[in-house]
Amino acid sequence: MAEKLLSGVTVKVNAEGYFEDLNQWTKEMAVEMAKEFNIELTEKHFEVIDYLRQKQKTGEQLSIRKVGNSGITDIKGLYTLFPGGPLKISSKLAGIPKPVSCV
Amino acid sequence: MKNIVILGSGTAGTIMANKLRKSLPAKTWNITLVDRERNHYYQPGFLFIPFGSYSESDVVKPKAGFLPSGVNVIYTDIDKIEPQQNHVLLAKNKSLGYDFLIIATGAQLKPDETPGLKDKLYYKNIFDFYTLAGSLALFELFKTWKGGKLVMAITELPFKCPVAPIEFVCLAEAFFEKKGMREKIDITFVTPLSGAFTKPVCSDVLTEVLEKKGIKIVTDFYIERIDNDTKTLISYDGKEVPFDVLVIVPVNKGDDMIERSGLGDDLNFVPVNKHTLQHEVYYNIFAVGDAAAIPTSKAGSVAHFAADVLFENIMSAINGKPLEAKFDGHSNCYIETGYGKATLVDFNYDTEPLPGTYPLAGIGPFKLLSITRINHWGKLMFRWIYWYILLKARPLPVSNHMSMAGKKQVVN
Ligand SMILES: Cc1cc2nc3c(=O)[nH]c(=O)nc-3n(C[C@H](O)[C@H](O)[C@H](O)COP(=O)(O)OP(=O)(O)OC[C@H]3O[C@@H](n4cnc5c(N)ncnc54)[C@H](O)[C@@H]3O)c2cc1C
Repeated sequence: MAEKLLSGVTVKVNAEGYFEDLNQWTKEMAVEMAKEFNIELTEKHFEVIDYLRQKQKTGEQLSIRKVGNSGITDIKGLYTLFPGGPLKISSKLAGIPKPVSCV
Repeated sequence: MKNIVILGSGTAGTIMANKLRKSLPAKTWNITLVDRERNHYYQPGFLFIPFGSYSESDVVKPKAGFLPSGVNVIYTDIDKIEPQQNHVLLAKNKSLGYDFLIIATGAQLKPDETPGLKDKLYYKNIFDFYTLAGSLALFELFKTWKGGKLVMAITELPFKCPVAPIEFVCLAEAFFEKKGMREKIDITFVTPLSGAFTKPVCSDVLTEVLEKKGIKIVTDFYIERIDNDTKTLISYDGKEVPFDVLVIVPVNKGDDMIERSGLGDDLNFVPVNKHTLQHEVYYNIFAVGDAAAIPTSKAGSVAHFAADVLFENIMSAINGKPLEAKFDGHSNCYIETGYGKATLVDFNYDTEPLPGTYPLAGIGPFKLLSITRINHWGKLMFRWIYWYILLKARPLPVSNHMSMAGKKQVVN
């Protein structure tokens, strides 16, 4: 297990940099991590992040399609918000594990 | 008289019917199966049809031959489940009451979900090998194909048998090599995943296998649509992959019946407890096989291992006991890599595929995550085991729980 310093707090992360404990997460940390991806977080980004955190807590499996059907944004919108890997990046910023949509 | 109704008589439903009929007295328990198809399809065999190694008769047999006597079988469409009334509505307004319901309606292909898939190039330049019709059409094409860009693409996760597309490109590579025209075929593997497979160690092994064969891999490609005029795959973030022949795994969803019943997630798979397979709200409803929304592969081997657990839990439920059998997500797949060889993976919810031997520690005879001839025989033998042992729920010398014996830890 690795550690990462975010907003002055040491958080536990896995080898790929995903949070081990979603309760350690704060909004400030998300803003800081987003900079690594050159993303400036907006209200819309946080709506997606809140949605992901909620679904994670209820134990639902997440997929790009599911977020695209959430009513917050569609799949294209999700790619615009989090270019490159919408679900991978948004999950990282949301402090939840990397989703495994398929095993 | 009490009633158990099993929806779907594919791999999982057929195994459940055989197990339950052996154990429940016919005097007190009716068992009823409902399926729209009279034929049973050995879906893993579809993979071999395009290359001429299997024909239609190897993979299709009447369902009746695999069902025990003393089970009612209704060949019709299931309209919907009304869980609050404990009954199922069938076509022509027939209704069927149940004390326990097992949902085993599998996963279906939905080519309509991808714009441009079922368009003017469908079954001319765009194929699937996930249906008998699709694999037969590919067989015809490959007989005379002069070569070009062959693209294997996956539209959406999850899909049945997550290794089948990898096997397809390996078999295609070997097929065209044997035909002496390998250099005329440019093979590309397109996936929405970040590697050839989800699980890290296995993904590395399989990526290397593909690279060695000169098969290109395009990762993180989430298909938005297919342009039929330019013969191009287009992703949501505007990336493009051109093709001459596209072999695609269409979106997989649970049957529409699940949606009509209000029992599915956004892909119509039925959320159930991943260990007991019981519905979280309706305690007399269970889901098994591809129909269940549980975080493991949609595969025949999973259906078979899960059926063992479900059988125990249904017997407990019938006897008013707590459900003690727990499914661990055990999955076991032979992966054809071409040239008469194959590899094998064995994993569960918590443990990713690791190298080693299976099913006996240190002995095998099958080798996990390495490419051997005997693994290929394992895969071919599986067809015979499937028809004559697995469906009939005859005992097999493998455990339904994954075992760490014979596996080697890998440090990433
Ligand atoms: C190309 C390919 C290769 C594969 N290779 C492998 C492999 O190597 N190893 C492996 O373990 N697995 C493999 N699989 C996966 C395996 O075939 C499936 O996981 C397995 O068959 C699932 O069983 P099931 O009972 O859940 O569903 P199915 O066997 O698909 O059965 C579902 C049944 O429900 C019926 N049904 C559905 N809805 C309705 C309705 N509304 N009304 C009436 N009837 C209905 C259908 O007619 C069908 O008979 C492969 C699959 C494919 C397509």
